[in-house]
Amino acid sequence: MNSPLDSRTPSGPLAQKWDKHKFDLKLINPANKRKFDILVVGSGLAGASAAASLAELGYQVKCFCFQDSPRRAHSIAAQGGINAAKNYQNDSDSVYRLFYDTIKGGDFRSREANVYRLAQVSANIIDQCVAQGVPFAREYGGLLANRSFGGAQVSRTFYARGQTGQQLLLGAYQALCRQIAAGTVHMFPRTEMLDLVVIDGHAKGLVVRDLLTGQISSHAGDAVVLATGGYANVFFLSTNAKGCNVTATWRAYKKGAFLANPCYTQIHPTCIPVSGEHQSKLTLMSESLRNDGRVWVPRRKEDVAKPPASIPESDRDYFLERKYPSYGNLAPRDISSRAAKEVCDEGRGVGPGGRGVYLDFSDALQRLGKKVIIERYGNLFDMYERITGENPLLVPMRIYPAAHYTMGGSWVNYDLMSNLPGLFVLGEANFSDHGANRLGASALMQGLADGYFVLPYTIGEYFASAKRARPSPSHPEFKKCEESVQASINRLLAIKGRRTATSLHRELGRLLWEKCGMARNEAGLNEALRRIPELRQEFWSNLSLPGTNGELNQALEYAGRVADFMEFAELLCLDALHRRESCGGHFREEFQTPDGEAKRDDEHFAYVAAWEYQGPNQPPLLHKEPLVYEELHLSTRSYK
Amino acid sequence: MNLTLKIWRQKDATSPGAFVTYEAKEVLADMSFLEMLDVVNEGLLARGEDPIAFDSDCREGICGMCSLVINGVPHGGHRGTATCQLHMRHFKDGQTVNIEPWRARAFPIIKDLVTNRSAFDRIIQAGGFVSVNTGGAPDGNAIPVPKDAAESAMDAAACIGCGACVATCKNASAMLFVAAKVSHLNLLPQGQAEKHRRALSMVRQMDLEGFGNCTVTGACEVVCPKEISLSFIAKMNRDYGVGALREMTHGQ
Repeated sequence: MNSPLDSRTPSGPLAQKWDKHKFDLKLINPANKRKFDILVVGSGLAGASAAASLAELGYQVKCFCFQDSPRRAHSIAAQGGINAAKNYQNDSDSVYRLFYDTIKGGDFRSREANVYRLAQVSANIIDQCVAQGVPFAREYGGLLANRSFGGAQVSRTFYARGQTGQQLLLGAYQALCRQIAAGTVHMFPRTEMLDLVVIDGHAKGLVVRDLLTGQISSHAGDAVVLATGGYANVFFLSTNAKGCNVTATWRAYKKGAFLANPCYTQIHPTCIPVSGEHQSKLTLMSESLRNDGRVWVPRRKEDVAKPPASIPESDRDYFLERKYPSYGNLAPRDISSRAAKEVCDEGRGVGPGGRGVYLDFSDALQRLGKKVIIERYGNLFDMYERITGENPLLVPMRIYPAAHYTMGGSWVNYDLMSNLPGLFVLGEANFSDHGANRLGASALMQGLADGYFVLPYTIGEYFASAKRARPSPSHPEFKKCEESVQASINRLLAIKGRRTATSLHRELGRLLWEKCGMARNEAGLNEALRRIPELRQEFWSNLSLPGTNGELNQALEYAGRVADFMEFAELLCLDALHRRESCGGHFREEFQTPDGEAKRDDEHFAYVAAWEYQGPNQPPLLHKEPLVYEELHLSTRSYK
Repeated sequence: MNLTLKIWRQKDATSPGAFVTYEAKEVLADMSFLEMLDVVNEGLLARGEDPIAFDSDCREGICGMCSLVINGVPHGGHRGTATCQLHMRHFKDGQTVNIEPWRARAFPIIKDLVTNRSAFDRIIQAGGFVSVNTGGAPDGNAIPVPKDAAESAMDAAACIGCGACVATCKNASAMLFVAAKVSHLNLLPQGQAEKHRRALSMVRQMDLEGFGNCTVTGACEVVCPKEISLSFIAKMNRDYGVGALREMTHGQ
């Protein structure tokens, strides 16, 4: 059947699907690969690894990023680690267990075959990164060290101090640089994608803006790869870098590429609490801290203002250990975040505004000593102290959940190709592997799996079977797209209103955080859906934006991204409203168990919701991809 | 607190620049330095004036995109701290704060406080990698790496590529950056095959880019937000020296 939502999942036993599929995929002769031009947008783990690997195979690659260097993509900020089913610790890990943990962690809302493949290639990623010179932590014998992360009872996380993302990204960036030097990758830094060019139903090019000169130009290619990250900045305050945005996938959506499960957003439990109105972003404190830190609040409301050290053990509530004894402080992110919100809602939160819980290292300091703790977490403690002025060796950290990652994204099939042929979407930008909640240390794994080990195999199938010539850059569609991009920039510059993009974005973010954040309900979502169009109207009639297009204009860049968030937010709330169940990071207050856990409705909602754009001010069309579990039984997640 | 800011404004690469004075009112101790500038920019935007252009992205001290010389010191002079992690509690009410871009021939100014640091990318392209293609890597544990070598490589690899070392150096030398990148790979078994070639090509590219020579004043180490040690320069010089000798005797 040729439904737009054919996932193309191979048949056969789960463990053999990927091998069988690789054999079935058509190949491109090495001498012919150089005839294909691939446009890669984004240079984070997924984009850089894909661009480098495709170029090594012989394809001609153009790679675009909005930062001044591909090495600065936001993957760099990942602290804790990367999972891999190596079983180096002899603690009964396996591909199957990583697969199972990931499916369960995602609350049975991911595609089984994709997740199994992810677990399979996880081991190759570690090998590849070690060969590139990524300085992973080592034991004294010289072998690789591991630690534990949330949602797992084995130790399978590889790490490089608290800078794993940076080190993995440098590995991919260095591989990319090698290809740039070889002339197989042409790099375009400080260049932003502003439109996808679709010709005869196939993705065949991009319209980009040179951020230094404002010049709008287009690039024709045989395929387009989006590796443009997630949309957590729709909440204004998030742990994402300031530049992270939804523009690439949103503009592709408006050209026909479905967006799937946008309501699956991850709120990370351990971030530094908000300190004031001026706040521009939130800072994550790595989940790895929960290996040795214990999370608690005072048992009684009256004690919240007391110095933590003066509160005796008997008056403390270690609520994660109490509620989830088998996982304790390492319960998955969605569950830990909601538990923190719950105790703060009860009035037992600590710090300014009562929106914080303690993450306390005093037990670990006594057990392991200061030296070991500093070795493990020194840089995170320094970072905390720089921001808050408090030393976690002396007083417990205060943490609170914050928007961090988005599981939803462009819909892709097993080959990572969108419903728009020729458009591939990798990493956080796609929806495929984490279901309704991502486990810690799995984002790095997925980004690199997609770029190093999946796309290089699957893209050839498209070239071999689609057999479409690359359009000439003089094709009228390019000109048309360039003109429409230029027109929307002109429109932004012509508003000449009184409010800054930041103030409008902050207002949107606050609305979403309240109505579509850690807990959602029908009334709140309906209210958000009423207010978002008003806010969008305010944006388009009252935006203050100085300067011109023909220069470095950071306010203009930002306004364009906020304009897309203003539209995207509506789809996010619509998806959250339609999914009348709770699962993973999507918690609908109407649907919970008596003890306050997420209550899924597998009978009605065991599907991927893929939304199709229907034009401005038209409700989008919902397509459903049923989630078929051949291997596992849908079961209730329990971390108790 | 209230501050007087003297900020370098420059329209574009070719126009002359100058310091312009701004008043920053009601600055809070918990703000980061960049959040303080955000507030100043919000004020400018509200008045329809051109906001101050500066680079930043992650705002948690790891992407290396932020880059200001604050009162004459890159990143403001707090140990191991990038500008985005510098907080206003370190400033006093009524203080005057000078804010300038990185100044070095190899980092031309683009606008206001934004500079072009692509020279660093070209130095990496010259040899800052291990030449392995994707696939076919041996098992991660096939080559043990002694813990001290791994730690030392990690110390070097912590470099965020911000360029503060260049900005503070009286010669605008990039030796600390290049030494960190060379040492990260040259300290590991995986980097041995290309060790000398890497040191030679990266140093030569550095010279081509117009960075100055190193006179080992150690100023770079002081401002480095990742506290990269000067000793990596010695390590690189050794690899470069041996490489140059080999080149003379065997040819490359």
